[in-house]
Amino acid sequence: MLGILMRRSVASASRKSLAALQIAQTIRNYSLGVLPDGVDWNSEAFSRNSKAMDGLISDLQSHIHKVLGGGGTVAVKRNRSRNKLLPRERIDRLLDPGASFLELSQLAGHELYEESLPSAGIITGIGPVHGRLCMFVANDPTVKGGTYYPITVKKHLRAQEIAAHCKLPCIYLVDSGGAFLPKQAEVFPDRENFGRIFYNQSIMSADGIPQIALVLGSCTAGGAYIPAMADESVMVKGNGTIFLAGPPLVKAATGEEVSAEDLGGASVHCKTSGVSDYFAQDELHGLALGRNIIKNLHMAGRSLKSGLQNINSEYKEPLYDVKELRFIAPTEHKQQFDIRSVIARIVDGSEFDEFKKLYGTTLVTGFGRIFGQPVGIIGNNGILFNESALKGAHFIQLCTQRNIPLVFLQNITGFMVGSRSEANGIAKSGAKMVMAVSCAKVPKVTIIIGGSFGAGNYAMCGRAYSPDFMYLWPNAKISVMGGAQAAGVLAQIERGNKKKKGIEWDEEEEEKFKAKVVEAYEREGNSYYSTARLWDDGIIDPADTRKVIGLSISASMNRDPGETKYGVFRM
Amino acid sequence: MPSFATVLRRKLSGKAFHFRIVTVREFSASEPRRIEKILIANRGEIACRIMRTAKRLGIQTVAVYSDADRYSLHVKSADEAVHIGPPPARLSYLNASSILDAAVRTGAQAIHPGYGFLSESADFAQLCEDKGLTFIGPPASAIRDMGDKSASKRIMGAAGVPLVPGYHGNDQDIDLMKLEADKIGYPILIKPTHGGGGKGMRIVQSPDEFVEAFLGAQREAAASFGVSTILLEKYITRPRHIEVQIFGDKHGNVLHLYERDCSVQRRHQKIIEEAPAVMFISCLVSSCNGNSFVQPNVSNDFRSHLGQAAVSAAKAVGYHNAGTVEFIVDTVSGQFYFMEMNTRLQVEHPVTEMIVGQDLVEWQIRVANGEHLPISQSQIPLSGHAFEARIYAENVPKGFLPATGVLHHYHHVPVSPTVRVETGVERGDTVSMHYDPMIAKLVVWGENRTAALVKLKDCLSKFQVAGLPTNINFLLKLASHQAFENGDVETHFIERFQDDLFVDPSNSLLVDKVAGAARFGATLAAACLIEKENSEFRENLPGSKGINSIWYSSPPFRVHHCARHTMELEWENEYDSSGSKLLKISTTYKEDGSYLIEAEEDSSQCVEVKVTCIGNHDFRVEADGVIMDVCLAVYSKDQTQLIHIWHGSHHHHFKQRIGLELSDDDDLEHKPRFEKSSYPQGSVVAPMAGLVVKLLVKDGTKVEGGQPILVLEAMKMEHVVKAPSAGYVHGLHLAAGQQVSDVSRSNNTSSSLSFLNSFGKSRDHAPKLCSSRVSYRNFDTISVVRN
Repeated sequence: MLGILMRRSVASASRKSLAALQIAQTIRNYSLGVLPDGVDWNSEAFSRNSKAMDGLISDLQSHIHKVLGGGGTVAVKRNRSRNKLLPRERIDRLLDPGASFLELSQLAGHELYEESLPSAGIITGIGPVHGRLCMFVANDPTVKGGTYYPITVKKHLRAQEIAAHCKLPCIYLVDSGGAFLPKQAEVFPDRENFGRIFYNQSIMSADGIPQIALVLGSCTAGGAYIPAMADESVMVKGNGTIFLAGPPLVKAATGEEVSAEDLGGASVHCKTSGVSDYFAQDELHGLALGRNIIKNLHMAGRSLKSGLQNINSEYKEPLYDVKELRFIAPTEHKQQFDIRSVIARIVDGSEFDEFKKLYGTTLVTGFGRIFGQPVGIIGNNGILFNESALKGAHFIQLCTQRNIPLVFLQNITGFMVGSRSEANGIAKSGAKMVMAVSCAKVPKVTIIIGGSFGAGNYAMCGRAYSPDFMYLWPNAKISVMGGAQAAGVLAQIERGNKKKKGIEWDEEEEEKFKAKVVEAYEREGNSYYSTARLWDDGIIDPADTRKVIGLSISASMNRDPGETKYGVFRM
Repeated sequence: MPSFATVLRRKLSGKAFHFRIVTVREFSASEPRRIEKILIANRGEIACRIMRTAKRLGIQTVAVYSDADRYSLHVKSADEAVHIGPPPARLSYLNASSILDAAVRTGAQAIHPGYGFLSESADFAQLCEDKGLTFIGPPASAIRDMGDKSASKRIMGAAGVPLVPGYHGNDQDIDLMKLEADKIGYPILIKPTHGGGGKGMRIVQSPDEFVEAFLGAQREAAASFGVSTILLEKYITRPRHIEVQIFGDKHGNVLHLYERDCSVQRRHQKIIEEAPAVMFISCLVSSCNGNSFVQPNVSNDFRSHLGQAAVSAAKAVGYHNAGTVEFIVDTVSGQFYFMEMNTRLQVEHPVTEMIVGQDLVEWQIRVANGEHLPISQSQIPLSGHAFEARIYAENVPKGFLPATGVLHHYHHVPVSPTVRVETGVERGDTVSMHYDPMIAKLVVWGENRTAALVKLKDCLSKFQVAGLPTNINFLLKLASHQAFENGDVETHFIERFQDDLFVDPSNSLLVDKVAGAARFGATLAAACLIEKENSEFRENLPGSKGINSIWYSSPPFRVHHCARHTMELEWENEYDSSGSKLLKISTTYKEDGSYLIEAEEDSSQCVEVKVTCIGNHDFRVEADGVIMDVCLAVYSKDQTQLIHIWHGSHHHHFKQRIGLELSDDDDLEHKPRFEKSSYPQGSVVAPMAGLVVKLLVKDGTKVEGGQPILVLEAMKMEHVVKAPSAGYVHGLHLAAGQQVSDVSRSNNTSSSLSFLNSFGKSRDHAPKLCSSRVSYRNFDTISVVRN
């Protein structure tokens, strides 16, 4: 079905792009920066790409389909029988009517544990409530009773990290059995473990970022601290319970026999203990109360400088169909393509004012707008050379000085190696770009649209450089170097080791050894491997790229970026 | 018609004339004057309608209003308005003296009574004359003559106007009666002279049934009313109600403006009227003297006979101004008989206006001014066909019971030279119980009956009222009925075709069809609601032009899936009293901005809908490739949102729960906990340690629930202790100045905030006063004990 759809759209796309090209050419007479289509629709590479991407996207859809089903039909049915909505439905009811929701890391926990853990048992994402962008963190009670696996904790913390960074009020939709006890060693003790959730709540609250908890289900043990630490909390009669120890543990510890509702139900906590502030008759009432809380946040967590942006409320869509992005990116990383054909499908009116077009041509830098919001775009068009890195550092400085958010479009095999390059100080040039990327305080969004290897990943704002948001296309590959290169290096070392021990290594075995390395790199460099471990904020459909970048930048514009200061640039 | 110049001249001369009058008024109140200011002693649509003509003629208008009508349309439309009393009509619109006062206060020279209220009060007409005010209507004498039913029949009989043949004699001899019956002709209606309600009435089809029926009727009459006198009348099997509009001036001229057919009635009130009357073949019979004959082209003859009869009726009582002579027409024999005369401008006068092209209110004013009738009988044109449908606030399935409520949405078809909407209400107005629940009259004109009927149906389907039940759907069904289209109307029309006009819940085929249409309506309503809500939210967003606007793009963005919206609409089937049906509508936002909508219980029916907002209520909707106009009205009442949708010729309404009824179970009330077991039910516990300042009751006093019992002072504040329920105070031994301790101290309970041991806690509510007692337990508590 999807395949048919896509083929149809390709056919129409080629016709359409012809017309678009004509429009583009007319516009180019007046506007300097309009990009051409840049795609050779008749090339063999294109048809190969589109076929490969077709497969990748249908894979993605089938994974997503499973994940959207939550913990399976039985668990969903049980959830419904308790008059509870599914976590995404709960979020839908909290959001403003007709509002978008930028869900993060849908495929976290994908094939990570022996048992499946759809979306890591927790839904996180950003959306507006009464016009105010909020971070939602919603336990999925249909997945392992909403308990926290290590990856669940990681996803929860990542959501809090974004919220703290972007100053987004947090709404916790709590319905969780607490830590997943069999894996307590990975969940409980470390710095970035369960306890950090409450630490973050405190720090954010201190920073004026509202922390709101809606107790829609159980909230046991450590989980009890989520509402207790919240600025305001709502409890739903019948379903919501908060206690440090549930009835079985109470009986074991003190012999007291008490029902869950009498021990920590909404009545107890709204009337007697004061742990909760709002008493909800049912779930819908609770969600409505949650919206009301946000309505009354006023300026909490807002700085005066935020929102002072130069945004065009009127903007043009790109001249070329955004959907065509599905067929542009190569699935083989050896294949070259012009990053401008991607940029042409992301920026408003396909208008892109390129900076230093003729210098360091393997890095494309320039200004454009996305949904009216000015952005500086940095994209790879090949290996990074000295000049490209210098150009990149220069452009980042321009953007930080002007408070323009940065978008990195990563497709990088790395910095140029070899004696000439080293002699030219490629390490020094690379260091300048890394320094600029690290220190830039403007919002940064990274999309890996192809390969992301080695130091290229660093210079192009990989995960370690704390981009506000980072997404992958399904064809993305991330590793310290290419599988084949790694295999070559490792095989050389291994042969040396064996030689020392006097062991002869026949060619067949060496090939086997190499194949194993390549296979491991292939697996671990895969986008699903990355997203399952939360090395990014999610795999996106290339067709959604413009939208996702727009929403992400919008979410990160809530904060005051502050002044960027650089360290010592090695000159 | 007089030329414009003539009119102008008359106006000018009238003005000059008036100046003279003003100066001599005190001395000569009876001197004829031109009307320059009219007080309309009425309300609603007729008041507005009269004002419209008055304004056109340059005559100032004065409205009168009761408390209930202070903000109504007729008050807003008038140049001046005078308050005349409280809502009940008898204290306001029927209060002749305050209306006359209002006329004097505002200097109006004339009073137009409209219809209803004082319009047919001879006394009022007389009072106006006595006060020197012109009563725009017939002379008081004519009103009086025609007001008495039997007197009017006598006068008419003498004037040669045909009456229903019958025998009203005192001689009750059975043979004589039989003879009379034979003379009248069968079928015969036998009824007692006294009483009513159909008791003792008999319909006799043939002579051989007569004796038995007669004796039975006599027995029953004697038993029911104590009087066994019987009268005989011709029984008209399929009667039609046809009336003739007549008009007379003060110079003895009377003419008729053709007839109206008002046969379609419910609860003896007309709901659809038309002019001219339908003349179908079986009824093409002209008769004045009983010689009935069938002829293919007699409608004009019949019409002029009828008209002449009406004119003679009017002349017989020295009539002037507008009046209506009602006849009953036997559709079987084609004979017509005088019924009564209405000495006022009728509700349905617009249908006549539409076919003769005259403004009858203007005529009324001119005749009242003493002018001659503007045209002669032969000059009255007759063109086309007009219908009037009366739109009422009423509950059709509940026997057309009048309804009240607020017109939350009111949008009628646009008026044009061929479509008139006579209304006295606006959106937001209340249809109250005090007055007639008519919302509007829809009047349409067409080249012929068929064309007019097409227009009537179209206008009815576009007539939008929400907030109270109306008869619009019913009128539409009526107008669409084959028999009505054929012109086969008679007064029992609704009873005769009730199986077609009301959906029979046992007819599953029809019920399914209705339910299917409702489901489709719900689908469209859901799409329009979502579109409206989303776009309204988008527009009203603070700083919507800012950075966050992209979060509200359409369709809403979701990562790797489509946003969905579920909605529960409660459909109330107005023809099925068995209750409402919950429709679960699930909407998926599609990428191109359209919606994929499915009703949950019928997932096979999936409709793709694309909505364009045109106005506040109007939408252009494409549903599965069919583009149509849809109108939506939404308002909330209590905890529900009411949604009305009009699409094609359908109108559906749904309910949506928007809030929840906060139950008054004790979970919600703020009542601190205390140990229930420590005190018997009904105990009153001191809220805290303190000093009794004042005792408000004595031992044995009967108290209501919540009544203050005593005042306590603690922490520099006074606290009033109240009775938890109704009962008798029992065992109160406290005195002012006495110190009491709180519960936690005296009883060592954990709750320091203990307050009242209330009856509210007990499950059986409303304790009977006499069976309850308040008893005193110790220094700190007073208890209410129930026996």
